[in-house]
Amino acid sequence: MGDKMIYLDHAATTPVKPEVLEAMIPYYTQKFGNPSSIYAIGRESKKAIEEAREKVAAALGAQPKEIFFTGSGSESDNWAIKGIAYANRDKGNHIITTAIEHHAVLHTCQYLESEGFEVTYLPVDENGLVSAEQVKNAIKPNTILITIMFANNEIGVIQPISEIGKVAREKNIYFHTDAVQAIGNIHINVEDMNIDMLSLSAHKFYGPKGVGALYIRKGVKITSYLHGGAQERGRRASTENVAGIVGLGKAIEIATQRIDEYNSKLVALRDRTIEEVLKKVPFVRLNGDRYRRLPGNVNFSFEFIEGESLLLMLDMKGIAASSGSACTSGSLDPSHVLLAIGLPHEIAHGSLRLTFGEENTQEDVDYLIEVLPMIVERLREMSPLYEAYLAQNKK
Amino acid sequence: MYSEKVMDHFTNPRNVGEIENADGVGQVGNPKCGDIMKMYLKIENNVIVDAKFKTFGCGAAVATSSMATELVKGKTVEEALKITNQAVAEALDGLPPIKMHCSNLAEEAIKAAIDDYRAKNGLLDENAEKNACGRRCDDIHHMHEEE
Ligand SMILES: Cc1ncc(COP(=O)(O)O)c(C=O)c1O
Ligand SMILES: [Zn+2]
Repeated sequence: MGDKMIYLDHAATTPVKPEVLEAMIPYYTQKFGNPSSIYAIGRESKKAIEEAREKVAAALGAQPKEIFFTGSGSESDNWAIKGIAYANRDKGNHIITTAIEHHAVLHTCQYLESEGFEVTYLPVDENGLVSAEQVKNAIKPNTILITIMFANNEIGVIQPISEIGKVAREKNIYFHTDAVQAIGNIHINVEDMNIDMLSLSAHKFYGPKGVGALYIRKGVKITSYLHGGAQERGRRASTENVAGIVGLGKAIEIATQRIDEYNSKLVALRDRTIEEVLKKVPFVRLNGDRYRRLPGNVNFSFEFIEGESLLLMLDMKGIAASSGSACTSGSLDPSHVLLAIGLPHEIAHGSLRLTFGEENTQEDVDYLIEVLPMIVERLREMSPLYEAYLAQNKK
Repeated sequence: MYSEKVMDHFTNPRNVGEIENADGVGQVGNPKCGDIMKMYLKIENNVIVDAKFKTFGCGAAVATSSMATELVKGKTVEEALKITNQAVAEALDGLPPIKMHCSNLAEEAIKAAIDDYRAKNGLLDENAEKNACGRRCDDIHHMHEEE
């Protein structure tokens, strides 16, 4: 394979598409004007931002006035959740979320708990799903916000967002969804799905890092998060990241136009990987629902081995992937998502996430399924847990 | 993140395997924490003549296991007991701070294997601390907070 790298970590981030970069560059150089300035190059920047806003609105079935650019997916999540909590304190202090949210949502909710809010973390089933019924049953008179991710970044599971939106609307409770992993993979319409707020981040769909957006339905009562100048109609101060916003606009336009085509390509890579690995490797399980999952997401747990070792060995073979093991997370606990679907710690430590994207081919899958079983076997030969298992079975 | 030496010991671990009828066997760590090390020692006339290991764990855990087996070979039991996790980490040209807890296992595994050897031979000091399987995840959390 030589020096070739096979990048199988598109849920972490994606490369910027050449067309996207090309659209961005002029806004760093000739068209560098501040969008708040009244002269020509200022107005030009302003116009570019408004065009990007229209593209995001079109991708979501929203109005351009309902789109606010931010500095990241994390910022969008923080703004949506804290903004609703603080603006609606007089109505109640209860928030409903799930146990498998991204840390940008989970840690924000935990912070609000320290501020006197009450949070329900809905458990998920063994496939990672919550139901609209569970959400309905968790609603209390003081509930002010439901925040549930569209698709999970680790196990790829897709939640029943339309059904949850319907429940939220019937009960007249604000509904936010973290759609950072969903954009470009799932058709989204905020009207049909009764979504009041939605977070997205450009670097997950072949746009630049450090730029995101928050959709806020007209009429939603929410406080501002960044105070200062009058940018984003006075709701989010900061001189705009013009080039980044242009890149986000271009990237979301491309990503939402080719969802079906992209999906069928990724599903083929995903399904073949799942089938072959389950066939070739013993003591392995697929984490997350087999069908209700992102087209490019595969997440396995290999018994008796540890995830970081697996990643290091894959890296030596030129494959870039990720894991939910404690030793890769920088903490001592394995991924909260894997624990929430009921995996014991030792199995959660042996997880591997492979997320496919644009540049991947069936040849990449060929190489992966040739290399991966050998690595797993090698690590098992070194594992005292495997030794103990074999000894027990001999008896 | 890892030194070249760590990567060398991870990629080509020395002394992986088991010793049949080992004189001392020690296993430390637990699956909850994500690192388990099992060490086998062959001891003749109070000298460690062979050492092997099996490890479930991250790159740092595998590399420290490998280095620990290299370090104990040829040493007397008393000398081997003086090997610290610091010494193992230094022999590997250092470990990232977040990974230091993984290296504790090496020192503990040596002690556990020697405890086992002494117990089998009626040499166990009554006052000796029992090392085997003593490590819990909560212990490590505390150590992290103190760092
Ligand atoms: C589901 C989800 N939410 C939020 C984020 C955070 O986005 P950003 O990296 O733009 O802050 C990510 C990215 O890691 C994600 O996967
Ligand atoms: Zn470790």
